[in-house]
Amino acid sequence: MAAAMPLALLVLLLLGPGGWCLAEPPRDSLREELVITPLPSGDVAATFQFRTRWDSELQREGVSHYRLFPKALGQLISKYSLRELHLSFTQGFWRTRYWGPPFLQAPSVWINLGRSSVMSSQGSSAPLSTSSTPPTQSLPLPPSNPWVWPMTLTTTFCAMLCCRGRWSAPKTSPPGRSSCPVVPRASLISFHLLQAGLSVLLKADRLFHTSYHSQAVHIRPVCRNARCTSISWELRQTLSVVFDAFITGQGKKDWSLFRMFSRTLTEPCPLASESRVYVDITTYNQDNETLEVHPPPTTTYQDVILGTRKTYAIYDLLDTAMINNSRNLNIQLKWKRPPENEAPPVPFLHAQRYVSGYGLQKGELSTLLYNTHPYRAFPVLLLDTVPWYLRLYVHTLTITSKGKENKPSYIHYQPAQDRLQPHLLEMLIQLPANSVTKVSIQFERALLKWTEYTPDPNHGFYVSPSVLSALVPSMVAAKPVDWEESPLFNSLFPVSDGSNYFVRLYTEPLLVNLPTPDFSMPYNVICLTCTVVAVCYGSFYNLLTRTFHIEEPRTGGLAKRLANLIRRARGVPPL
Amino acid sequence: MGLLSDPVRRRALARLVLRLNAPLCVLSYVAGIAWFLALVFPPLTQRTYMSENAMGSTMVEEQFAGGDRARAFARDFAAHRKKSGALPVAWLERTMRSVGLEVYTQSFSRKLPFPDETHERYMVSGTNVYGILRAPRAASTESLVLTVPCGSDSTNSQAVGLLLALAAHFRGQIYWAKDIVFLVTEHDLLGTEAWLEAYHDVNVTGMQSSPLQGRAGAIQAAVALELSSDVVTSLDVAVEGLNGQLPNLDLLNLFQTFCQKGGLLCTLQGKLQPEDWTSLDGPLQGLQTLLLMVLRQASGRPHGSHGLFLRYRVEALTLRGINSFRQYKYDLVAVGKALEGMFRKLNHLLERLHQSFFLYLLPGLSRFVSIGLYMPAVGFLLLVLGLKALELWMQLHEAGMGLEEPGGAPGPSVPLPPSQGVGLASLVAPLLISQAMGLALYVLPVLGQHVATQHFPVAEAEAVVLTLLAIYAAGLALPHNTHRTQAPDRGWMALKLVALIYLALQLGCIALTNFSLGFLLATTMVPTAALAKPHGPRTLYAALLVLTSPAATLLGSLFLWRELQEAPLSLAEGWQLFLAALAQGVLEHHTYGALLFPLLSLGLYPCWLLFWNVLFWK
Repeated sequence: MAAAMPLALLVLLLLGPGGWCLAEPPRDSLREELVITPLPSGDVAATFQFRTRWDSELQREGVSHYRLFPKALGQLISKYSLRELHLSFTQGFWRTRYWGPPFLQAPSVWINLGRSSVMSSQGSSAPLSTSSTPPTQSLPLPPSNPWVWPMTLTTTFCAMLCCRGRWSAPKTSPPGRSSCPVVPRASLISFHLLQAGLSVLLKADRLFHTSYHSQAVHIRPVCRNARCTSISWELRQTLSVVFDAFITGQGKKDWSLFRMFSRTLTEPCPLASESRVYVDITTYNQDNETLEVHPPPTTTYQDVILGTRKTYAIYDLLDTAMINNSRNLNIQLKWKRPPENEAPPVPFLHAQRYVSGYGLQKGELSTLLYNTHPYRAFPVLLLDTVPWYLRLYVHTLTITSKGKENKPSYIHYQPAQDRLQPHLLEMLIQLPANSVTKVSIQFERALLKWTEYTPDPNHGFYVSPSVLSALVPSMVAAKPVDWEESPLFNSLFPVSDGSNYFVRLYTEPLLVNLPTPDFSMPYNVICLTCTVVAVCYGSFYNLLTRTFHIEEPRTGGLAKRLANLIRRARGVPPL
Repeated sequence: MGLLSDPVRRRALARLVLRLNAPLCVLSYVAGIAWFLALVFPPLTQRTYMSENAMGSTMVEEQFAGGDRARAFARDFAAHRKKSGALPVAWLERTMRSVGLEVYTQSFSRKLPFPDETHERYMVSGTNVYGILRAPRAASTESLVLTVPCGSDSTNSQAVGLLLALAAHFRGQIYWAKDIVFLVTEHDLLGTEAWLEAYHDVNVTGMQSSPLQGRAGAIQAAVALELSSDVVTSLDVAVEGLNGQLPNLDLLNLFQTFCQKGGLLCTLQGKLQPEDWTSLDGPLQGLQTLLLMVLRQASGRPHGSHGLFLRYRVEALTLRGINSFRQYKYDLVAVGKALEGMFRKLNHLLERLHQSFFLYLLPGLSRFVSIGLYMPAVGFLLLVLGLKALELWMQLHEAGMGLEEPGGAPGPSVPLPPSQGVGLASLVAPLLISQAMGLALYVLPVLGQHVATQHFPVAEAEAVVLTLLAIYAAGLALPHNTHRTQAPDRGWMALKLVALIYLALQLGCIALTNFSLGFLLATTMVPTAALAKPHGPRTLYAALLVLTSPAATLLGSLFLWRELQEAPLSLAEGWQLFLAALAQGVLEHHTYGALLFPLLSLGLYPCWLLFWNVLFWK
């Protein structure tokens, strides 16, 4: 579905330096960073993050002067009393099994319209949610109108968003938080205004040679101090891309900035207060000799991220020595010994979803949940939003793991209403260690009204991905080495807080064909069948209901008739 | 329809139908056959045209140049296959991974109902290997499939080589919007069936297989490839699938487009396309191709592994490389370019293929006959049954009238209640007995094969076929009517009336789903069904009836088929082929779900027995 999507460039609604007032210190700041991570499969993920923070109470102060913060968004915040806004556009599908858990989990933005409502989506689609404060003052638009947000955001981001049906909220999410089910094919055209710092690397033709592309805007208020007496607004713009090692690197796993982006870094962004590149140099083997980065990093940084211990090399672009040496910085990574294990390490949780069955009447939605952890079971919250035109048979819901039935500890089901709201199915399922759990539910394909079909009905209809939320045991805790070297008392508390990390995964979106009429024919067919039915039915009905009498040939003349008349008057049978 | 409610005019019409019945029947039958023969002439056959916009006007530039690579892959594959004696799964996995695919395997096993002597297999177990090329920036909602079925013999190595070379070439391109699955199946169609069932998570035929680890969304189209030589003289395309299903005509048009573009020599049913349709030669040659297609479609078996995809609404066709003695040869690059072009165009598809025809007949690669034009042929044939049934009904009716009229009841009261009661009761026994024979024919051969092998010196496969024939023949000898009626004529007339309507209904339904089968059966069964009666030259009728029974039709079709392929059969060969075809028919029903065997044994054979019964009515 990506082919049809005109999507141009990263949203970088940065305005140029306007009135630069030297008298007071600037109340806003911009920080930018790029994280480059080699993925287990050999592909390379690059994640850009631009964070603008503005110490200003947008909603209380009548702000009219904008510096780094984009005015369009600022006005949106103040006009609709927005509390949070998260909007992401994704093309492609994060392949958890090969790439590991995603860094930027497809976000969920929430809109609070006085009641709960939901929007979220994936695929080449846009998860969207917004959140605004309860309508204290009169809002310019009725808050219950579900079209308001899509429409407003459409104009801001030059994107096509449409959300069908009413919004609904999963029970397990906090009240007031919600997301919209599917924005199946979002189209986006945006602008790129600044060419300095890390954004030099954002060259369109390279970014669109990637296998995954996701850009997002997040706006939220953050506390300025510990007691939260005043707030600042934070705008985060992120872009994550995954470069296909096979195409970019001709099968080798080595990479360099130039090879990936066909650009190198030349200068820090003059507006940025921080500009850094992080490169993941974690080696899966113990000896540190397998890879080499050039130029050598000034500092490194270690942390446990998504359950694995990671080492990052840090390049600070504001460090003048870094840039000044050659006026360009081309970070390269070379594998001295290419990692020989063919199969990449499989993450503890991944999922697969598909439609089974054939024919246009029935089908089955199946979700396979893989827990590859050797000895730990963990629960998963599965959230399914299924459009109403797939009529789910809830009694057919079966969950099996290891050949046995697996009873979910919690189920919430909200049936669909035709043309109004989708099915909502939420389950908390315990995944046994080292197992595959199959969740399947049968459905019947509904016949739509013929005006309800999309312009390309034979393409099929999208079913949004299921959302899996889980606390996954971390890789760090699973390694026996740690147990040996850690103090003995650690083993008294095998499940400590650090041994889990939260992950939210999205499965594949599905394409389901509904019974589709031949749209070129209805008029002809209606005319023809009506005529045939009318002719046949009419004559047969006539034939069946009529009583037949043999008509006597008229013999005798006037005399006989007269006689009969008299006989009838007398009450005797006629001649 | 005042005509029917007016007794006087109705009587006149009835008299007309009765008096002119025989000429009308003959006329109708001749018209049906003539209509069918006329299908190959230009007003009825039209030029094919691409209906799908997404594949129409835009041309693609094929860049495939991996001929050497394909040959190298093919050599390696053949060597590894020879060494291991089976599909070299590990080698395939390694190679597919090295060209950058996501590789998965699937193991399956199947115990056939009885040993398959044609393919020499009974307990089958194998492994399918498939690699998925993930389209960049797409969410794996749609996919295309390129599949190579590998049998037990060492054919199709070049097809695997070409598949791998194409995979390597495709992997480097960035324009893919749909995932592409490269599938190599073991035990040709059995492997394909196992993979398809696992992909759609259904179990239709009792196959045991491991679940698939990787999927790629809804399959939009599939191409099966069969190549056994480094060079080809022509490419043959097969469209007929399981139970006579056909892929959308646009897929064939697409293939034909790239044949023309690449200057490839392409054939249909192994026949070249006639150039000149205006003179008599072109249509005659087209008739040959058309008859071959009718015979193959009527057989209801998948002619290539594409045939199994059609059940899942995946448009598919099989391309076969032919290497004959023709001088001009094409190498793998030419075939690869044609495939690349097809896949790139399929990649453009926004919707499933649905614009063009699903029901058609092909007298040539660039000519087709649409359903609206060929259906009248079978309609005329079935009209004979209708006319005959009408005549019988009227005769029965009039006989009843004749009995009652002396009583002088005024008005046409319900005709013949007493005599019809007798007629209906007498029908129960023959109907039940013939249906029971059909059921026995369907169930016993496979069920009783072990008993047969214990008591007779035959193998299981032979036992099945011989039991089949024995039951078939035994059906003829059974006494059918135990009931003695006072009016013997009325008995057989009622039975024939029921049989005629039964046959007409069956043939009508078959013709709607599989025109070729319906037409073929109608051509043979209709005239004798119309003729059968217990008077006149009974032996002649009996001989005719036997000659047009479903089994004899099958035998005749085999001879006709080989005759049209210009490889005539001798009688003994024909008989051997017939026995093999019977065994294959039963096997295909059990392994792929082909419906011809149950259709013949449960539907048409009992119906035919009814006519046999009419003929020997006492």
